[in-house]
Amino acid sequence: MHIQLTDQPIDVAAVLASVQDEGAGAVNTFIGTVRNQSTGRRVVRLDYEAYDKMALHQMRRVAEQAREKWPMLCQVAVTHRKGRLAIGDVAVVVAVSTPHRADSFAACQYIIDTIKQVVPIWKKEEYEDGSVWVAAHP
Amino acid sequence: MKLKIALFGIAKEIVGSSALDLTTPDHQSVAGLMEQLRTQYPALRELTSFAVAVNSDYATDDYQLQENDELALIPPVSGG
Repeated sequence: MHIQLTDQPIDVAAVLASVQDEGAGAVNTFIGTVRNQSTGRRVVRLDYEAYDKMALHQMRRVAEQAREKWPMLCQVAVTHRKGRLAIGDVAVVVAVSTPHRADSFAACQYIIDTIKQVVPIWKKEEYEDGSVWVAAHP
Repeated sequence: MKLKIALFGIAKEIVGSSALDLTTPDHQSVAGLMEQLRTQYPALRELTSFAVAVNSDYATDDYQLQENDELALIPPVSGG
């Protein structure tokens, strides 16, 4: 299990390499990137803030839950970025390897979906004329 | 008892600090602490939700806080 939180650009190839496994017939990767607009407003950049200790603990726990649901999982890697990101930057990478492809799709989706619900990381969208903490208000 | 609560994201902006020192009744529950915080910082009521983390896990409303717990206020998360 390879879990990381970093304020440096994510090396996607390195994350992929970390899930290589001789027992795997499939590697599935999700890459989350910074989009140039949100609800019709032009986004200039994103600022990610993390509660590092808890974020790492929760990312580890999500990976463990995935391993319980898909015991055939060979390797799991999750790397999340924090700090200031520009349009197009990679914010998160999830990679899993499994013997067969169907499980790799399911496990990868479960991990990214659950991370978005439980991991204490917050993004602030900066626009040309203001900024908003995403999801903070109804 | 005295508690120290770490603050992040919009909660940090509402309180105006990255940590908050608070005095609460002994054996205060998480629900009681949240009500105390909402009273002291009414802007917290406008959030979609917020949770309290104890020692890096989400705490249930009835958990009784202890003085050496590592506490954080968790506004709606938005990672990924």
